[in-house]
Amino acid sequence: MSDLILPLLICGIVTVGLFRKTPVFSVFIRGAREGLDTALGILPSLLALLTAVSMLRASGAIECLAHLLGPVLAKVGIPAETLLLILIKPFSGSGALAAGADILREFGPDSFIGRVAAIMLGSSETTFYTIAVYFGAAGVTKTRYAVPAALAADAAAFLMAALTVRLLG
Amino acid sequence: MLDKIWVFILLISVIFGFISGKAGELGSAAINGAGQAVTLVIGLTGALCFWQGMMAVMRECGAAAALARVLRRPVGLLMKKTRENARAMEAVCANISANLLGLANAATPFGIEAAKALSDGGETANDDLCMLVVINSASLQLIPSTVAALRASLGSAAPYDILPCVWLTTLVSQATGIAAALLLAKIQRNTRAASPLYGVKRSRLPLLRKKSAR
Repeated sequence: MSDLILPLLICGIVTVGLFRKTPVFSVFIRGAREGLDTALGILPSLLALLTAVSMLRASGAIECLAHLLGPVLAKVGIPAETLLLILIKPFSGSGALAAGADILREFGPDSFIGRVAAIMLGSSETTFYTIAVYFGAAGVTKTRYAVPAALAADAAAFLMAALTVRLLG
Repeated sequence: MLDKIWVFILLISVIFGFISGKAGELGSAAINGAGQAVTLVIGLTGALCFWQGMMAVMRECGAAAALARVLRRPVGLLMKKTRENARAMEAVCANISANLLGLANAATPFGIEAAKALSDGGETANDDLCMLVVINSASLQLIPSTVAALRASLGSAAPYDILPCVWLTTLVSQATGIAAALLLAKIQRNTRAASPLYGVKRSRLPLLRKKSAR
């Protein structure tokens, strides 16, 4: 079933595009060009943060932290190895990507830990960045309950990431 | 924010490295990390470009507009102001549909416009603005293209097989955020109603007492 999602989606998008008289090829090319900018755009910050995460792993701090807080996370079913990712994600998207890449490289992208980390990355946002940008734009300084509600959503995402891998594989 | 996080991680690494006696490995780890970042981005670029291209086609053929139309009703339910303010409705729907399609670059300007339209102009956030921020601070993305590309570049057998898990997780996360926002809004209103002194000027107090006595 999930093998078919992607090919069907791709075919569906371009077929609908063609039927609606969209110049699908040139539009695709324009979008892909933007992707190049995105990739180039994330490189510097990813480089800075992956350097830091790589040093953190080499220092043994990640393992130690996972060892210390592991039992707490294990109680709710989250693998301790994803701790750094969980801690960084609300603050920095490229930091979380760096931590996630580190986890996937260390444990393999198809391992349980790797899958949980990937789902965490794919189903959460950079909470504090979003809060800062939107409230900043509106000139709001008293955010009332927005931060706890947003963090509740993050916590749910992290819990569900581990739970769904256990249930759905 | 990133300044502090970055320096903090680097400092911890060095301090911890000395404690654990692994300080000698830090230098090569730093250079390796930088190298890995480049390899990583090269590995991600193909899929990233592909999905941006696909999503551009979707936007161009009206999928984003169609999504925005579908969103009008739920958005109206969640944010009162969008029911009477057409500009706010338009911006919120455009923001959410761009997010769903993974067009982060397009979503943020719409979101900023929506935040301005929803705001009352004061320095305290109203319920609508809080709801917008909570929805945006949880994920909305349908295709987690970067993560899938990351898995693919590291040799995953089926990088997109996490899709069902991601969708379910995203759904539960959004539902939790929205439920928490509604619940906390209600709690705050109730505690305010329970303490008539909350945020009220002294000159208005007698009037308020009369009201609460009724």
